[in-house]
Amino acid sequence: MTDLLNAILQGVLLGGLYALFAAGLSLMFGVMRFVNLAHGDFIVAAAFGALLLVDMLGLPPLLAVVILVPAFAAFGYLGQRLVLNRVMGRDIMPGILLTFGFSVMLQNLMLEGFSANSRRLNAGWLDTASLPLGPFQIGFVPLLMFTTALLVLGGLGLFMSQTNTGRLMRATSDDAQIVGLMGADRRHLFAIATAIASGVVALAGVLMAIKTNFDPSSGSIRLLFAFEAVIMGGLGSLWGTLAGGIILGVAQGLGAAIDPGYQILAGHVVFLIILVLRPQGLFPRQRP
Amino acid sequence: MTMTVAMPGRLPRSVMPVRLAILAAVVLAMASVPLWASGGSQRLLVEFMTYVALAQLWNLMAGYAGLISIGQQAFVGLGGYTLFSLAILAGVPPLLALPVAGFVAAIVAWPTALVAFRLSGPYFAIGTWVIAEVYRLGFAQVGALGGGSGISLPVGLVKTISADRGTRDSIIYWITLAACVAVIGCIWALMRSRLGLGLAAIRDDEVAAESAGVVTRRLKLQVYVICAGVTGFLGALIFLQKLRISPEVAFSVNDWTVLVIFMVVIGGIGSIEGPLIGCLLFFVLREQFSDWGSWYMVGLGALSVATMLFARGGLWSLIAPRIGFRLFPVARAAPRRPS
Amino acid sequence: MTNLLSVRNLDAFYGDFQALFGVDLDVEAGEVVALVGANGAGKSTFLASVTGLLPTRPGSILLRGANIAGEPAFRIARAGVAMSPEGRRLFASLSVEENLRLGATGGRKGHWSLEKVQALFPILKEKRRQGASELSGGQQQAVAIGRALMANPDLLLLDEVSLGLAPVVVRDIYESLPAIRAAGTAVIVVEQDIGRATEISDRLYCLQEGRVNLTGRSRQLTRDQIGAAYFGRARSAA
Repeated sequence: MTDLLNAILQGVLLGGLYALFAAGLSLMFGVMRFVNLAHGDFIVAAAFGALLLVDMLGLPPLLAVVILVPAFAAFGYLGQRLVLNRVMGRDIMPGILLTFGFSVMLQNLMLEGFSANSRRLNAGWLDTASLPLGPFQIGFVPLLMFTTALLVLGGLGLFMSQTNTGRLMRATSDDAQIVGLMGADRRHLFAIATAIASGVVALAGVLMAIKTNFDPSSGSIRLLFAFEAVIMGGLGSLWGTLAGGIILGVAQGLGAAIDPGYQILAGHVVFLIILVLRPQGLFPRQRP
Repeated sequence: MTMTVAMPGRLPRSVMPVRLAILAAVVLAMASVPLWASGGSQRLLVEFMTYVALAQLWNLMAGYAGLISIGQQAFVGLGGYTLFSLAILAGVPPLLALPVAGFVAAIVAWPTALVAFRLSGPYFAIGTWVIAEVYRLGFAQVGALGGGSGISLPVGLVKTISADRGTRDSIIYWITLAACVAVIGCIWALMRSRLGLGLAAIRDDEVAAESAGVVTRRLKLQVYVICAGVTGFLGALIFLQKLRISPEVAFSVNDWTVLVIFMVVIGGIGSIEGPLIGCLLFFVLREQFSDWGSWYMVGLGALSVATMLFARGGLWSLIAPRIGFRLFPVARAAPRRPS
Repeated sequence: MTNLLSVRNLDAFYGDFQALFGVDLDVEAGEVVALVGANGAGKSTFLASVTGLLPTRPGSILLRGANIAGEPAFRIARAGVAMSPEGRRLFASLSVEENLRLGATGGRKGHWSLEKVQALFPILKEKRRQGASELSGGQQQAVAIGRALMANPDLLLLDEVSLGLAPVVVRDIYESLPAIRAAGTAVIVVEQDIGRATEISDRLYCLQEGRVNLTGRSRQLTRDQIGAAYFGRARSAA
């Protein structure tokens, strides 16, 4: 029984990481009806970036975050302005196929640069530190992931409701065509959304690098996790994304508790069941 | 910049018999290959024709029905595993199991579609991928089929096709050729039919197609299920040749979907010639650059990114207007560039 | 002295379909111009062209003598053109006040502020926290006009503000027009009701099948003249 509860608890905390995976995907889809199929590969790229900065250059992990988040955000802004804005439109195919091409390019570039070996970021004392909670041990790293998710989602929520840019993003989600009438440049707005999403991706990548093993080809599965969290939570709902991430984390934790081979499969199956029973997700978008 | 439009009216009607004669000659020449070519080139051609068929099917779904799937490996794997299950567990002769494998894949595609169709656009694409992963992880749990490490087709069963390897290769070659020709022929005929126009309408504008009375959902479902069935048949054929199957290879997204998408995209989505050219280019490049390892895949990815940015109709959209001739005229426009 | 808006020989297309043919139209600063015409005459197409929602040939639309045709919508908005679009098009998941605030995105200075707009339509203050989609049709129309005013435009376009509203509500909406004029904003009103259009406007244009077929001072045009232009040949044939 304790084992089961522990599996659920660890799953909930892991759900924080999945919510971070999903937040960027959800934001970009909400604002521009666009899905970056290289999303997972960018998460892995951020993980390798952290590995480079921390393991090879000897910087503290926190400093790696301070460098990677703005770097990814800037890259996201420019990528949207220079490339992705050219494939935005009613026809979704070019965007899908373009980012699919990116995904394969990125995976193979990382393969070339870092070899196919599985890696993990050494975070020193952080890796083993934990808090006792009754019969359970809560690791610092999972706790950090979960609190980061809460902070990021809370911050995004504030941004969306309190800033004009955030309101414009919600407005774009409602009726993109007439946002221009408000005097807002859609291309800039899209780029800001991608910049934010990319910053969150960097954060998620660094945390993932501390938490689990990763290799150049492990981006695809992260895309699938992010996607499952978004759909289960309900499209366009930030806190739904956290709920989706938690459900996925718990399903995987329980699956793994039965048999390690069932970990990923259990997550997928729960996702498909929810998709069949509640295709609009658990918390479909409502007015904030 | 590049907007290609099919030009059925540009050539006189009398060209059609000439065109059919050319195609018949090509098919006959291809059919004669086992009589004179080496086993190695024969196997290469089998692989080529398999990819041509897979690319045509993916193009039918994406280029015409607007269904962008990243999960076709589900049906390649299902076809292969059905053949191996029937052969190993029930002793069904492999050649007989081939059509059954296609049938099973189509049957399974039905409920699969009902789940996947709850998602639309980009999320449909990722959803199909998740479902394929479920099949992969599921088959890895089946001990009777070797679990995660896979299983080989017993020699005794292989010998029921023919005791001689050369004869076996030839039989597989002819079946693959027939399948490839049938796929292209059927898609061509479909595109020239009223139904083909309906599909073109979906691809161009789903809302308009809906109001014009084309029942898009049902039509999409039919296309999805039929493509899955044929993909399953091809999957069975692929693994009948390999004689060994494992979940990693059978449900490989890279082998059965990523490469296929690159072929279609680079060659030209929304035409029959495009995927053909894409396959040809892919095989030529692979022979040239196979030593380059992952750089080769980086190049393919870059090529498809460039295609989407600069020439959405792919290579064929650059070639077709210059030569003013289409091998398979279907009166269909390539994807338009938004203004 | 150049006009605020000069439209010269404007053609507009939806794909291969031509919706406007050589339209000429002028608006002077502070003026109210009515645009009337039957359904499909091209009124909304004209407004979409002026606001940049529909791309047009450079040179065919000038704002204070400078070309705006072919510019993206957000530049035209920042140059001082705002619209209350047909069907109101409020942002459904945003509150009333958030909708209004978005109107000020362009950052233009001028008479209108959130307080002034709320004073013009007091209901917008009362319902400021409610979702825009929860309001009645007339209230939604007030939000749409208020949102456009928040941009402090030199030119305000009102597309079919009376559509689907009760006459008494329409009267309330149009009662805001003098205050809008007083702040120095010129207005183009697209209106189905000819009587109301002549009553509220200084000048009037009638569109028929994408062409201007009547224009003049609103007070000098007779109902019969406008009616004939409105229905075009169909009527003269009858």
